[in-house]
Amino acid sequence: MASYLLNTNAQEAEMLKAIGIEKKDLFNSIPSKLKLKRPIDLPQGLTEMEVLAKMSALAQLNKVYSIILRGAGSEHHFIPSVVKQLSSREEFVSAYTPYQAEFSQGILQSIFEYQSDICELTGMDGANASVYDGATAAAEAIQMVLERTRKEILIADSVSPEVIETIMTYTSCSEASITILKTKGGILHEDVLKKHLSENTAALMIANPNYYGCLEKVDELSRFTHEAGAKLIVYANPLTLAYLKSPRACGADIAVGEAQALGLSMAFGGPYLGYMATTNELIRRLPGRIVGQTLDTEGKRAFVLTLQAREQHIRREKATSSLCSNQALCALTASVYVAAMGPVGLKEVAEHGLRRAHYFQKELEKIGFKLKYEVPFFNEFVTTSPLAAKAVERHLSKYDILSGLSIASHEILWCVTETTSKAQLDEVISYLKEVTQ
Amino acid sequence: MSKLIFERSVKNRRGITLPEFDCPEVVLDYETTRASSPRLAQVAEVDVVRHYMELSRFAFGVDNGFYPLGSCTMKYNPKLNETTASLEGFNSIHPTQDPSTVKGAMSLLSNLGASLCEITGMDGFTLQPSAGAHGEFTGLLLIHAYHSDRKDLKRTKVIVPDSAHGTNPASANMAGYSIINVPSNPLGGVDVEALKAVLNDEVAALMLTNPNTLGLFDPNIEEIAALVHKAGGLLYYDGANLNAIMGEVRPGDMGFDVVHLNLHKTFSTPHGGGGPGSGPVGVKKHLMPYLPKGTIIDEHFVENTKTIGRVRSYYGNFLVNVRAYTYILSLGSNGLKEASEMAVLNANYMMSQLKDQFTVAYPGPCMHEFVLSLQDLKDKTGISAKDICKGLLDYKVHPPTMYFPLIVHEALMIEPTETESKETMDEFIKILIDLKEKASTDPDYLKNAPYTTPIKRVDDVLAARHPVLKYEM
Repeated sequence: MASYLLNTNAQEAEMLKAIGIEKKDLFNSIPSKLKLKRPIDLPQGLTEMEVLAKMSALAQLNKVYSIILRGAGSEHHFIPSVVKQLSSREEFVSAYTPYQAEFSQGILQSIFEYQSDICELTGMDGANASVYDGATAAAEAIQMVLERTRKEILIADSVSPEVIETIMTYTSCSEASITILKTKGGILHEDVLKKHLSENTAALMIANPNYYGCLEKVDELSRFTHEAGAKLIVYANPLTLAYLKSPRACGADIAVGEAQALGLSMAFGGPYLGYMATTNELIRRLPGRIVGQTLDTEGKRAFVLTLQAREQHIRREKATSSLCSNQALCALTASVYVAAMGPVGLKEVAEHGLRRAHYFQKELEKIGFKLKYEVPFFNEFVTTSPLAAKAVERHLSKYDILSGLSIASHEILWCVTETTSKAQLDEVISYLKEVTQ
Repeated sequence: MSKLIFERSVKNRRGITLPEFDCPEVVLDYETTRASSPRLAQVAEVDVVRHYMELSRFAFGVDNGFYPLGSCTMKYNPKLNETTASLEGFNSIHPTQDPSTVKGAMSLLSNLGASLCEITGMDGFTLQPSAGAHGEFTGLLLIHAYHSDRKDLKRTKVIVPDSAHGTNPASANMAGYSIINVPSNPLGGVDVEALKAVLNDEVAALMLTNPNTLGLFDPNIEEIAALVHKAGGLLYYDGANLNAIMGEVRPGDMGFDVVHLNLHKTFSTPHGGGGPGSGPVGVKKHLMPYLPKGTIIDEHFVENTKTIGRVRSYYGNFLVNVRAYTYILSLGSNGLKEASEMAVLNANYMMSQLKDQFTVAYPGPCMHEFVLSLQDLKDKTGISAKDICKGLLDYKVHPPTMYFPLIVHEALMIEPTETESKETMDEFIKILIDLKEKASTDPDYLKNAPYTTPIKRVDDVLAARHPVLKYEM
């Protein structure tokens, strides 16, 4: 059994003597009637060797695919060695929130650099230190745009269902009312938007690229949204922003999204990294931890947790969010990834996905998987399937390939990244031919 | 201090190289692409390594030294947990894989939930919430769903003691509730008479931390639970302090209907400089129909028609949950109980050695932490709790939590945890007493501390008044 305790029996006796108490009396303030009068019904502790064997056996029950053609909110990317090596430094791993600035400049600076990366990719003026994931980032963004007379939020149905569901939960007890706008042919059209915009609209939320991989006409949607006096929230994968025009340049007031693609493994859904960034106009409404630059008493540059007047430990029930942590280690990991890749590397990762997705789509088309939405897409796209989507999944699984996500009985959402080469895509096509011809 | 990564940038320098493009170029249909590359740092791999190595030297974790940050349970993070969390079978699985292909993950999460049920005396857990505050919000939505389902719609208020974490009232507000604060009694527990006065059919729940933020177990908990239940309300348990009571007493047996735990506290998963954590929520049977979508129990996704919905994507911070499960397997039934015993013994020992030198805010045996008030010292010497904390930095120990709970003036909240030795605590006690003497003999010295850190005290006001939140590229 592992215990991680240090004090010996002799030390324990010394301590009890110093306190003037017997060990059995340590918990006397708990009424005896309430006490658990039996051991916790769990197995006895195991040694490190035994635990590792048990955990390895569990890990081996999970199927790890060699080719992954699925995204839909969690993408498989190459993670350079330097990312894992640096992000597992114990000074970063075993520290807590940098409350003592003088003692935590390393953590604070890493977050400041992360915020700077996010601002540069999104074009925004300020970012927070991150939140739990993309879905919660989107849900927190809703709170930022509510105004006394504007409580209605319009969300395109091309935003990820996980994100929309999270927003519905977050707003279930709030004043915000959510309207889901129907897309046509994969994207939101201006006539649908115009029909719903009113003086009560607080914001429009769209994803770009959206859940189906399609590129929305952000500039146009932005113009109509702003003409109605509402804000635009864009949900974007930051990796694609090394290639695509930034949300700010398209007119967004708030950019949020899931940054898992920046160096975090898929890990069955978490931990991930929700980013939030906005313009100077809304910066004091950003929730969560924020790191700012300041000076120390000798005039040296220093970093510190700032704008705390918004936060729960000061405002308690008047705070609009109860966030009191961030995904600091994930933010650091993303920053290391961005630094290691650099602007050129990031763009190349994005472009590999873009090129290979388009190549794969054309090859799929030839064997009967028809592109569902005839609009520009990035590295994800939806096709119809000549046989049941689940049958495709089972067939490819035999070859150690994770197929795209089945989103309807005969529809598949594919995702291609830099991890799958053209030769491998050709291989996938040859396996698919076995069942389509 | 360090250069920023952007200040190390040299035009056209590169880190990682990628394979050549092997598919034809794609020209996107309309004006959607960037006019120019993002102005991110252009550095080599060596630059990146040296940069982050330098930053790591300006950070301090449990592995660097004593970290008695009250209420945060900064216990040692076993290295085995890191090894299991980096197994490929846990890292390289997609969250939407068919359940038949992720049986190990489903089994692990089910067993973790079941273990937490046994430790806390609850009937079901969701592992989806990603932090304590996230768990609170989830728990309050569950409470809201329960009352709404019973058509008990008058309940719009949540009671919170004045000693509570700030996240409690903030989370309740997010769930649409208005807050009633109740004062503490002179012993630091809930003032039962004050509670009676505010309990009525408009109260949805009472949120309680027990042991509370003063490190005291509220001996009236049974009466409090009975009163709240009699008024038709539910009892919410903030599990921030569970490290004091494992194997001794269970929130479920105290009468709580909903609990959240902080796996990054009690179950030894690393704090990561502020996250990722994990804040699972446990409920009694009557609240199970409302558990979030994405909850896994008995190796199946729970399908609740009355669910509150999901509170984030997928199933929570999986790799954090892997670490916590590793820890539970390692310690087992006895080990968890011993951990709590040693945590309480260590705290009482520290308190016994400091009580003659400082004012203990609420004297009497404590649980896993205790709170000092430095108001006397401040009155006599002008030296504040903050000054003492800054003085501690020069001794390479992390200061305790300061200025919390709010009901104690000049508070220092000390939580040694079970993974510290008597020698380490003795050293810390000696430093604290030395600093107290310094407060009388040389207050200016402390007012200007720290001296050995890479920067001196920071200008918080400047940071807030003129926010600079990014590097100007």
